[in-house]
Amino acid sequence: MSSEMYEHMRANPKFQKLVAKRGRFAWTLAFIVLGMFYGFVLLVAFRPALLGRPIYQGSMVTFGVAFELFMFIFFWVLTAVYVRKANGEYDELTADLIKDAWKENK
Amino acid sequence: MRLLNRIGLALGLLGTSLLAHAGPALDGIQEKQATNWHAIIMFCIFVALTMGITYWAASRTKSTADFYTAGGGITGFQNGLAIAGDYMSAATLLGLSAMVYGQGYDGYIYMLAFFAGWPIILFLMAERLRNLGRFTFSDITAYRLDQGKVRTMAAISSLTVVCFYLLAQMVGAGQLIKLLFGLEYKVAIFVVGLLMMVYVIFGGMVATTWVQIIKACMLLVGGTLVMVLAMSQFGFSYHTLVEKATAVHKLGPKLMYPGSLLADPVTAISLGLGLMFGTAGLPHILMRFFTVTNAKEARKSVLYASGFVSYFFNVIFLMGLCGILIVGQNGAFFEGGKIGGKLIGGGNMVAMHLAKAVGGNMLLGFLAAVAFATILAVVSGLALAGASAISHDLYARVLKKGQASEATEIRVSKIATICLGFVAIVLGILFEKQNIAFMVGLAFGVAAAANFPVLILSMYWKGLTTRGALWGGYGGLVSAVLFVLFSKSVWVDVIGKKAALFPYTQPALFAMPIAFLLAFIFSKLDGSDRAKAEIEAFEDQYVRAQTGFGAATASKH
Repeated sequence: MSSEMYEHMRANPKFQKLVAKRGRFAWTLAFIVLGMFYGFVLLVAFRPALLGRPIYQGSMVTFGVAFELFMFIFFWVLTAVYVRKANGEYDELTADLIKDAWKENK
Repeated sequence: MRLLNRIGLALGLLGTSLLAHAGPALDGIQEKQATNWHAIIMFCIFVALTMGITYWAASRTKSTADFYTAGGGITGFQNGLAIAGDYMSAATLLGLSAMVYGQGYDGYIYMLAFFAGWPIILFLMAERLRNLGRFTFSDITAYRLDQGKVRTMAAISSLTVVCFYLLAQMVGAGQLIKLLFGLEYKVAIFVVGLLMMVYVIFGGMVATTWVQIIKACMLLVGGTLVMVLAMSQFGFSYHTLVEKATAVHKLGPKLMYPGSLLADPVTAISLGLGLMFGTAGLPHILMRFFTVTNAKEARKSVLYASGFVSYFFNVIFLMGLCGILIVGQNGAFFEGGKIGGKLIGGGNMVAMHLAKAVGGNMLLGFLAAVAFATILAVVSGLALAGASAISHDLYARVLKKGQASEATEIRVSKIATICLGFVAIVLGILFEKQNIAFMVGLAFGVAAAANFPVLILSMYWKGLTTRGALWGGYGGLVSAVLFVLFSKSVWVDVIGKKAALFPYTQPALFAMPIAFLLAFIFSKLDGSDRAKAEIEAFEDQYVRAQTGFGAATASKH
């Protein structure tokens, strides 16, 4: 039974749409995080002085601290954005897809 | 590996660089602290509360699903707290605050490395994990491959990770508790081992989860309280704090510069990989994805968990900076009252001294109780993950080929928990005087190189076959173990050879490609009929992974 259901779903263009959309979104976010994080690691390794500079004259906040704090918040915001989209839009698509498959299975 | 070493050291060194009148490190005549009644009373309250929960949980733990995954009925928020609890160990609190105290900005860099894996786990793994798995992550790797062989491989690498991690925690626990509570090392080990067994055997995942949740709340509250009280001394101004801290710290303005810890790019990248993908291969963390109702809740758990973790790391950063002034400038916290000398209790006591300085003995006692609770929660999660690898994977699936009854399977996992508990106690006592810093590193290395590659390939790559998975898994396991064995942290520091055979302390950058490559090559070379069937089976698995149709559902209560 399960296998037939999977067959129906796979044949449904909505499935391709779901997979393509969610996959693209997830990978985009993942590349942003990986890019920023490993970019930062390379800065730490090759340009440490840059990260130690204050964000403006006389400030005690350095670029490094500001950038990191930004990443802590930004990465978390990205997770929130993904969860919102996946739990809303993509899950609706999925529910729809499963409903279609049940119908076809009758 | 340096970070991991440090985390290990945070636990390990606590015992070797003991209190004011203790002898020099590692000479084995460490004295314990005077019995700390505040801490003991608060810890007893914690134990009483969690025992009550275990009693309640025992009545709800009937099926294997209840035992392994709390019947899949934990909400996303609860699970998020529990994951945060699993992730923020005593070593995080003590080790990272001490690192900021000593190295300034470098400590903050490490915290980001610890955090950055979570969004990746959410984007690329969370929903597939939940949709495909049931009790252990081997459910996923063995989904369409040879159950017997692949599960055995996954169970062996799981148990390797669990045992090293457990041992590191036990030794650290004994030393920390001796230090903070004034209990004997052996007594502390027995208390931790026995309480862990009680939680897991009677309460299963329900009790383990609640122990995690309570402890995470205590940790968040305790840390925040110390941070707020400490920051109030600087008018809550980051500017004032850093200005004063850089003025007195031996690093001066360099305090806020990236220091020498990550200067070598190979180590920096290898460390980043190891932390990011090691986290995604830790059996007790992966298991937490099966405790929630569905993929929706699994995603929410990561959102909450990463929120708490990210918040807490920033709290620790501020605690470390405040410590530079409040602890570092107060003679009462140094041996012989000499400012700038050796901190009483060793370098990792900054957070504890800070608690005492801003909140007196009550706050110190509270934070000590939190540290104890933290260790207990982490070892319980580990024991449960280890027991399920034995009972669910090896016993029920490999030995009995899925024919074992639920009652016997639960009985086996309880026996496995008792065995793991005794192994942990005995090894904990045997390893009391050993340098165990490398063990946490080894656990992360094996998780990143043996568990993660096969797991991610099984979910993403159609072409993975049994042969490829076995080569990748065992190859990653063996190479991670060998790289650590030949690195400075074991070859020189433990075995006592002159020079390390492997120049880097972080294995991930080297062991992970080996695992991926072996899995790829041997899958490609596998032309057997079984391999063809396995590749074909990917299609159905893929639909299930994407839609959650057919996924294990929450059991009814």
